[in-house]
Amino acid sequence: MMDGLNALVAFLNFVFVPGLAYGSQLALGALGVTLIYGILRFSNFAHGDTMAFGTMVTILFTWWFQSMGINFGVLPTALLAVPFGIMATALFVLGTDRVVYRFYRKQKAAPTILVIVSLGVTFIMNGVVRLIIGVEDIGFADGGRFVISAGDFKTATGLAEGLAIKTTQAITVLTAVLVVAFLFWFLQKTRTGKSMRAFSDNEDLALLSGINPDRVVQVTWILAGAMATIAGVLYGLDKSFKAFTYFQLLLPIFAAAIVGGLGNPIGAIAGGFVVAFSEVMVTYAWKKVLTYLVPESWAPDRLVQLLSTDYKIAVSFTILIIVLLVRPTGLFKGKST
Amino acid sequence: MTRNLMLFAAVAMLFVLTGMLQSWNLSLSILTMALLSAIMALGVNMQWGYAGLFNTGVMGFTALGGLAMVLVSAKPVAAGWSAGGPGILLGLFIGAVSIAAAIFAYNRLPKGRMRNLCVTAIVIGGFFLYRAVFDPSVLAVEINNPATAGNIGGLGLPALVAWPVGGLLAAAAAWAIGKTALGLRSDYLAIATLGIAEIIIAVMKNEDWLARGVKNIIELPRPWPVQYEVNMQQSDSFLAFASTIGFDPVTGSSIIVKLTYVMLFSTVLLAVIWLSERALNSPWGRMMRAIRDNEVSAAAMGKNVTARHLQVFILGSAVIGIAGAMMTSMDGQLTPGTYNPLRFTFLVWVMVIVGGSGNNWGAVLGGLLIGWLWLIVESLGPLAMRGITAGMVDGPLKAHLIDSAAHMRLLTLGVILLVVLRFSPRGLIPEK
Repeated sequence: MMDGLNALVAFLNFVFVPGLAYGSQLALGALGVTLIYGILRFSNFAHGDTMAFGTMVTILFTWWFQSMGINFGVLPTALLAVPFGIMATALFVLGTDRVVYRFYRKQKAAPTILVIVSLGVTFIMNGVVRLIIGVEDIGFADGGRFVISAGDFKTATGLAEGLAIKTTQAITVLTAVLVVAFLFWFLQKTRTGKSMRAFSDNEDLALLSGINPDRVVQVTWILAGAMATIAGVLYGLDKSFKAFTYFQLLLPIFAAAIVGGLGNPIGAIAGGFVVAFSEVMVTYAWKKVLTYLVPESWAPDRLVQLLSTDYKIAVSFTILIIVLLVRPTGLFKGKST
Repeated sequence: MTRNLMLFAAVAMLFVLTGMLQSWNLSLSILTMALLSAIMALGVNMQWGYAGLFNTGVMGFTALGGLAMVLVSAKPVAAGWSAGGPGILLGLFIGAVSIAAAIFAYNRLPKGRMRNLCVTAIVIGGFFLYRAVFDPSVLAVEINNPATAGNIGGLGLPALVAWPVGGLLAAAAAWAIGKTALGLRSDYLAIATLGIAEIIIAVMKNEDWLARGVKNIIELPRPWPVQYEVNMQQSDSFLAFASTIGFDPVTGSSIIVKLTYVMLFSTVLLAVIWLSERALNSPWGRMMRAIRDNEVSAAAMGKNVTARHLQVFILGSAVIGIAGAMMTSMDGQLTPGTYNPLRFTFLVWVMVIVGGSGNNWGAVLGGLLIGWLWLIVESLGPLAMRGITAGMVDGPLKAHLIDSAAHMRLLTLGVILLVVLRFSPRGLIPEK
């Protein structure tokens, strides 16, 4: 009985909680990708670097606040800075839309051309971020480190395994829930949200019924920029900020969006968790959990790890390929062509 | 035509000016890299320019070429190979067979729960069997003298043999990727290739038995006519030759080595251009362009669109793989840590688009021009930044600006790409 509980706690501590936090970050990132895809109809390769840009602005404001002695108690100061990061990112993406993307939209350019254009934007954003903040690893989490620390948990329950929940993990999940709730409320209940959905379903029909396409596009960019910033800040708080890592997040984020069905917001959230949990579970060394569950003589002497953590990128890739082959529209019906 | 010649002459001038104003050594080393980039650009141009395939995995194919160089030309490690080489091969074979069996079962069995169960069982069973054979062999190889070896070693063959092998390795990978990702929507191929490139690099970094991972393989042999500077400086005939011309033997030897590389790479480049031009102007080339411009009507004319896409994807990747092998043989070492997508994938894309997609000469021009720009900014950027910040007071801001000058190239390239796409989408030498 005790062993079962210990195994459960170890599972929660090493697999479930990190997977939940990572999944929330991916879900927020995938929501941005899926929104852009649904409304503007191209895969935005610059999304990873949009996240990096938003996080960078947030970090700069965090440092500024910290230098003035402002803090948020047990919560990270970065949370106070996020609104400024969102504003800067929204302005930046609106600017790129005005200067870059609008031209191709008016031309009705092929999606592949827009993808290449978004690569150009990726270069520029990546360059700006590296220029301003550099390429080093930056940790910017402050405030209380743990909601529950492993030691406290052990003394409180008397179990051999501890369950630690980092403040950043709790914040990540809470924020993701709030943001997603807001987004769905916005899409379902407000007039702008409804016109966005109409635009995504059938552009011509939406235009005929008098929806202003420029406004829809602008709101989409603002929402995508805001979600990218939030996702980026949460990821940075949970792990650390490094420009190149954010570019590499592109693959799991796209995997999440495609698994759920591109253009489908609910799918993006589901996809985020599918990708995150597969990644964590495939790369976790199960030895600890198994040792509690099986009789002593069966205890594994190796790590029981399916793949080393260096290959976690292979996990999202494999999921992506399987979904593309078996069900190209994703788990929830998205756009396939 | 004269316009194109002028453009090439202008790019040639850039290299001459670099040689005269900075140093010939720098100019030639930029030229060797630019020639390699031009070959890669030709490969990308086949995929994008002829067929409209968006491959963002150039880095992966380049790295595979480098890997081929190690497997073919590195010194053999007899003890390592006999400890686990056959076991590793057997393990990989089991893995490949189980994937093939799973695909076979998926295609042949009737749809339903039975099929899903069978496929899952084959995959899981195959995976554990593969790990059971593969893991102990890897362990055996890696404990063999880990400080200097710990890998299965190469075949010790000349570098020139490794180049086509690099092409073959890249082609094999392209076949596997193309089989799965082609025929889906265009940006899925981009995402899939982006992923596979990262995985290839991850494998090369972490599988120490293969090419020592991040511990790097050094002392790869140089390709056939290229000599070693040290040997030249000790040969009397070279010293006599240098003194008659009035060259410093050290600079002279390194310039001669670079010139040999330039000639070698130019030969390959010209061969690839000749073949590509022949292909592009043949019925096959016209068919490819017809497919690119309108897949539906080409399919209606009885052209097998997916098969042609697969074919050109493999060919383009093979060219990139050859260039990758050439690059590693020039560096003399394989360092998986230095491959990054911005330099090896997207830079090549900028070359193709700036030069003129769909036109082989355009791709070459773009390769030489952007290759020059990328490397010259590396040496001139900090200098220019010092000039700009000369009037500023010394302090953290100035230091930061000078440090970050290297990142200016990303920004510059992004702007160049966007400006060309916007105002001259057909590039410097447009498709005819």
